[in-house]
Amino acid sequence: MSNAPLLEIRGLNAWYGESHVLHGVDLDIREGETVTLLGRNGAGKTTTLRAIMGILRRREGVIRLRGKDLIGLPLHKVAQAGIGYVPEERGIFASLNVAENLMLPPNVAESGMSLDEIYTLFPNLHERRSSQGTKLSGGEQQMLAIARILRTGARIILLDEPTEGLAPVIVQRIGDVLVALKKRGMTILLVEQNFRFARKVADRFYLMEDGRMVNSFPGHELDARMDELHEVLGV
Amino acid sequence: MNTIFGVPTPALYGQILIGLINGSFYAMLSLGLAVIFGLLRVINFAHGAQYMLGAFAAYLLLTYVGIGYWPALIVAPLIVGAVAIVIERFMLRRLYGIDPLYGLLLTFGLALILEGAFRHWFGAAGKPYAPPAELTGALNLGFMFMPIYRGWVVVASLFICVGTWLLIEKTRLGAYLRAATENATLVQAFGVNVPLLLTLTYGLGAALAALAGVLAAPIYQVSPLMGSNLIIIVFAVVVVGGMGSILGAIVTGYVLGVLEGLTKVFYPEASSIVIFVIMAIVLLVRPAGLFGREE
Ligand SMILES: Nc1ncnc2c1ncn2[C@@H]1O[C@H](COP(=O)(O)OP(=O)(O)O)[C@@H](O)[C@H]1O
Ligand SMILES: [Mg+2]
Repeated sequence: MSNAPLLEIRGLNAWYGESHVLHGVDLDIREGETVTLLGRNGAGKTTTLRAIMGILRRREGVIRLRGKDLIGLPLHKVAQAGIGYVPEERGIFASLNVAENLMLPPNVAESGMSLDEIYTLFPNLHERRSSQGTKLSGGEQQMLAIARILRTGARIILLDEPTEGLAPVIVQRIGDVLVALKKRGMTILLVEQNFRFARKVADRFYLMEDGRMVNSFPGHELDARMDELHEVLGV
Repeated sequence: MNTIFGVPTPALYGQILIGLINGSFYAMLSLGLAVIFGLLRVINFAHGAQYMLGAFAAYLLLTYVGIGYWPALIVAPLIVGAVAIVIERFMLRRLYGIDPLYGLLLTFGLALILEGAFRHWFGAAGKPYAPPAELTGALNLGFMFMPIYRGWVVVASLFICVGTWLLIEKTRLGAYLRAATENATLVQAFGVNVPLLLTLTYGLGAALAALAGVLAAPIYQVSPLMGSNLIIIVFAVVVVGGMGSILGAIVTGYVLGVLEGLTKVFYPEASSIVIFVIMAIVLLVRPAGLFGREE
C-alpha cells in the first residue's frame, strides 16, 4: 500500500444554489482501504459523495484521483476516471429491466466482474433478470445498484447508506458482499448510520457534523469512542 | 353495388386507405416528437418545418443534382439531421433546465423562419414530385384499386416505426435513452456522454421527420407550408397518445388516421375536427394521454 492517497480531498466547499453546505472538507482514501463516513442526518454525507462525483457542480477546493484533478472534468468523465457511485435513492430505472439496469453503466476498466461472477454473487438478480428494475424488493434493488458498478471495473466505489431501510438478513448479505469486495482489493467510501454494520468492514472512520469533518480515527478505536459517537450522532 | 351502413364499399375502403396513409405520417411524426420530448423536454415546434425540409431536400436533389427518390430517402434525412444537430449544439442546448416554454418559442421561431424563407424562394404553390418508376401504377386488390406508391408508404412507415421502436427498446443506445429520460444526471454520472446523446436524439428526431417528408413528396406535393398544416394534428396525436410515450405515439397515429378517414365517410362535416374532439375528451378523462404514465 503506497502512501499517496488514491482519492484526496482538500478544503472542499460545496453549495446548493446559494446555500453553503460543505465547509472545507478534507478526506483521504488509500488504495484498497474502506473508509466510513458517519454523521447525523443533514450533516453533509450525501453532499460529499455528490460533490466528488460532480453531480453537485458548485464546488471549490481540491478533489484528486491518483493525483488527477476531478473538479475540472465534465460529469461523465469522473466515472470514466474509475469511480462508481451507488446513490442513496439507489437509482434503479423503471423503464429498464434488471439485466438492462445491470448493463447500463459503461465499462471504465478491463478489471470489472464478469456477468457470471455477478450472477454467482447475486443469484436473485439472475432469476429476475427480465423483471422491470423497480419491481425488485428494496434489498434486491440495492444489490442491483451495487452489482452494476462492480461490472464496470471501477476501482473505487462510493456507497451511500446501502443498508438503509433493509431487513437484517439483507443487511447481512450486503455486509458479506462488502467483505468480499475488500478482499478483491476494492477501495470503498461508505456512508453509513449503522455502525455495527460499518465496523465489520471499515479500516477508518470519518465523522461529519454540519458540513465539516470533525474527527477521524482507525477502525479498531470504534468501541473506545462509542460515547463520543453517540453524542455527535444523537443515537 | 355493395354497401355498408348505406356507404358503397369502394368509397369506404378508399377512405380507410387514405386514413392509413395520413395515419402513417401522423405516426412517423409524432414518434419523433415523442422521442425528443421524452429526453430533451423540448416541444419541438420545428418538427413540421423539418418534415418540409426533407421533402424540399428530395425535390432540390432531384431538380439540381439529379439525385433520385431512392438515394434521397437516405441523403435528405442526413442533411436535415445535420442541420438539426447544429441547431441543438448552438441554440437549443442553452435552454435546457429552464422553463420548457423557451424551447417551444425557439423551435416555433425557427419553423416560422424556415417556412418564410422557403416561401420567399419557391413560392407558396406546391411543386410536383413524381414517384419512382418502380412504384407507379395501381394494384388490383379485388375489392379496390390501390395506387402502389400509397401501399409502399404504409409499409415503409410501419418498418420505420417498428425499427425506431426496436432501436429504443432493444439496443444499448436505446437503454441509455430510456434511462436518461428518467434520470439524465445519474446516467451521466455513470460515464455516459449525455450531452452527446441529447444532440444525437434531436438529430435522429429531425431525420425521422425528414424521412417522412421524402415519403410524402409524391403524395402531397412539396410546398413550404406542408409541415405547418400537418404539425397541429400531430401535436393532437401526441397529446392523445401521451407525451413521451413511443408506443403510444405510433399506435395513436395510425388509429386516429383511420378514424379520421372513417369520419369522412360517415359524417364528412366532422372529419376535420374529429381528432381534436378526441383530444379534448382524452384530456378530460385521462390528462396523461392513453399511453402516458400518470405522474
Ligand atoms: N437538493 C438540495 N437542495 C438544497 N439543500 C439541500 C439539498 N440536498 C441536501 N440539502 C441540504 O444539505 C445539507 C446536507 O444534506 P445531505 O448531504 O443530504 O446530508 P446527509 O446525507 O448527511 O444526511 C442538509 O442541510 C440538507 O438540508
Ligand atoms: Mg444522505
